[in-house]
Amino acid sequence: MIQFLQGLGKSTRTSFTKLGRATFFLLRTLSGLFSVLPRPRLLLNQLYFVGVLSFLIITISGLFVGMVLGLQGYYILSDFGAEASLGLMVASSLVRELGPVVSALLFAGRAGSALTAEIGLMKATEQLSGIEMMAVDPIKRIISPRFLAGLLSMPLLAALFSAVGIIGGQLVGSGLLGVDEGAYWSQMQAKLDFQDDIINGIIKSIVFGFVATWIALFEGYDAMPTSEGVSRATTRTVVNSAFSILGLDFILTALMFGDD
Amino acid sequence: MQHTSTQDTLVGLFVAAGVASLFFLSLQVSNLSSFYDKETYTITARFENSGGLKVKSPVSAAGVKIGQVSAIDFDPKSYQSVVTMKIQAPYNTLPDDTTASIFTAGLLGEQYVNLEPGGSETFLHDNSKIDITQSAIILEKAIGQFLFKAAEEKK
Repeated sequence: MIQFLQGLGKSTRTSFTKLGRATFFLLRTLSGLFSVLPRPRLLLNQLYFVGVLSFLIITISGLFVGMVLGLQGYYILSDFGAEASLGLMVASSLVRELGPVVSALLFAGRAGSALTAEIGLMKATEQLSGIEMMAVDPIKRIISPRFLAGLLSMPLLAALFSAVGIIGGQLVGSGLLGVDEGAYWSQMQAKLDFQDDIINGIIKSIVFGFVATWIALFEGYDAMPTSEGVSRATTRTVVNSAFSILGLDFILTALMFGDD
Repeated sequence: MQHTSTQDTLVGLFVAAGVASLFFLSLQVSNLSSFYDKETYTITARFENSGGLKVKSPVSAAGVKIGQVSAIDFDPKSYQSVVTMKIQAPYNTLPDDTTASIFTAGLLGEQYVNLEPGGSETFLHDNSKIDITQSAIILEKAIGQFLFKAAEEKK
């Protein structure tokens, strides 16, 4: 019993210590952002790795998610004779929820795990200490540009996901199933609000990008410098990012779309 | 050097595609484009019952949307519902004996305010009140009355 309590206390303490390290790490990363601005080349390279290489998976997934929404929505809505609202259904579910959330999950799986593995390996092969020996702050040189790239890419990727999804839904809806194309777009435009739907969706994706990149970079930086440590850190990145994204999504949705 | 320049191009393409889809979402998908001219004037109307009317419900005249509901308040003195509407500035020739009624679009559709112009020579202006109103038809009430009537006739 005593041992159980001791173990509980120890694991609580370690998790709080880790949270503290993560917060400290975040503050250092944020203060390092200013030194990224004079070196746009670093940011550009990371935008390529984080953003451009996620482009394909995001657009293809977005297309298929939109097409599935179009199909499923059509089957449900045609029971009520409301096929004309298909565009509204596809667009609001994409812009409010699926766009930010699914693209953030894909982002965590595609870019987040790569970031963790990269930084973890840099640590394991003592490249980070090497950089430090040359009197260069690894946070400023390695971490901050990656963080900024993640923060900038995420809203763009989420917007791409939603836009491609809406077009995919239209392809299936009016191309395959014969929903009127005018009704598809006009119902969507009549009911979706710029501020309530689009802006809130973008805010969501910025928050998810912030959290997913933070977790990925911290797990890499905090990884045990062994091959096993790096592989564990990569797993933790994906798991923790998914939990945080979905949990935060609930909170943000409750805050944003609370009253009509 | 070749390598970095293609990388630059790809990053540029990525950012351009992202920004383009943001524009697509705001202009094509949402109602941003219908609010270019923000110039409106405000009128109020009192209803016995505003039913399922909501803020942002459309206000239309002759079937054309000319504005939207901006606020719905309950007046604790007269026990009426005070509906504030924003009407687009170009439509400033509504007579001051206009009738406001709350209709439902379709059988189960959303409710909207319909303005029926009267014959007066003076027009509604900012902050003016519509005196003649017709409340929303509450479906439950109407069914109740119908059943009551049917029972009366049977006797």
